[in-house]
Amino acid sequence: MIHIRVSPAPIDIAAEQARVEQDGAVATFTGLVRADDGVEELALEHYPGATEAALTRLAEEACARWSLTAASIVHRVGAMTPGERIVFVGTAAAHRAAALEACAFLIDRLKTDAPFWKRERRGDDARWVEQRDGDHAAAARWKAG
Amino acid sequence: MRLVYFAWVRERIGVPAEEVEPPATVATVDALVDWLAVRSPGHAAAFADRTRLRAAVDQQFVGLDAAIAGAREVALFPPVTGG
Repeated sequence: MIHIRVSPAPIDIAAEQARVEQDGAVATFTGLVRADDGVEELALEHYPGATEAALTRLAEEACARWSLTAASIVHRVGAMTPGERIVFVGTAAAHRAAALEACAFLIDRLKTDAPFWKRERRGDDARWVEQRDGDHAAAARWKAG
Repeated sequence: MRLVYFAWVRERIGVPAEEVEPPATVATVDALVDWLAVRSPGHAAAFADRTRLRAAVDQQFVGLDAAIAGAREVALFPPVTGG
């Protein structure tokens, strides 16, 4: 089962967890908005249609590579404040190694392969977030194998 | 051809999308960006640093050397920062 949602709605962690509890091993990752250097608001822009397609391709790749029973990616868009959930990734497999590796793969590759853009606001100052070199290194480690 | 822009590329150009008909000699994303850059100061500002520009043709990520023949939609945007 693949589940992809890109939406301004808050992420209900219990509902998302329950959705992926379909096998003996379930791994999840949740990302929250950080209050880096006084960030008051984070706004997420995306490319409607292309974003969902990119996430679906990643989930399909993970399902094939780790024989997953379930893969779910939920990403918020629009304005949010520090402490709010921005992304949820959940995977289910027969055993923990596959579920944990696939979960890490999905969040690493999401950061480089899916069209989202973050804009931070501090007071009257709003600026687009720059891509981090470390994100490419994290995504690249899944290329081999 | 429909062009769509995101993040600071969209802000500098001032519109989220536009319809254009580049001449047949404009064969790649790079050539399209050259052709667009002289349309307005906003376009010039958005495309000033090619190293920070990414593209998709018909919603597939491509390099700036990719061909655009027959493309219905070309997207131009900064490096992605989701997650």
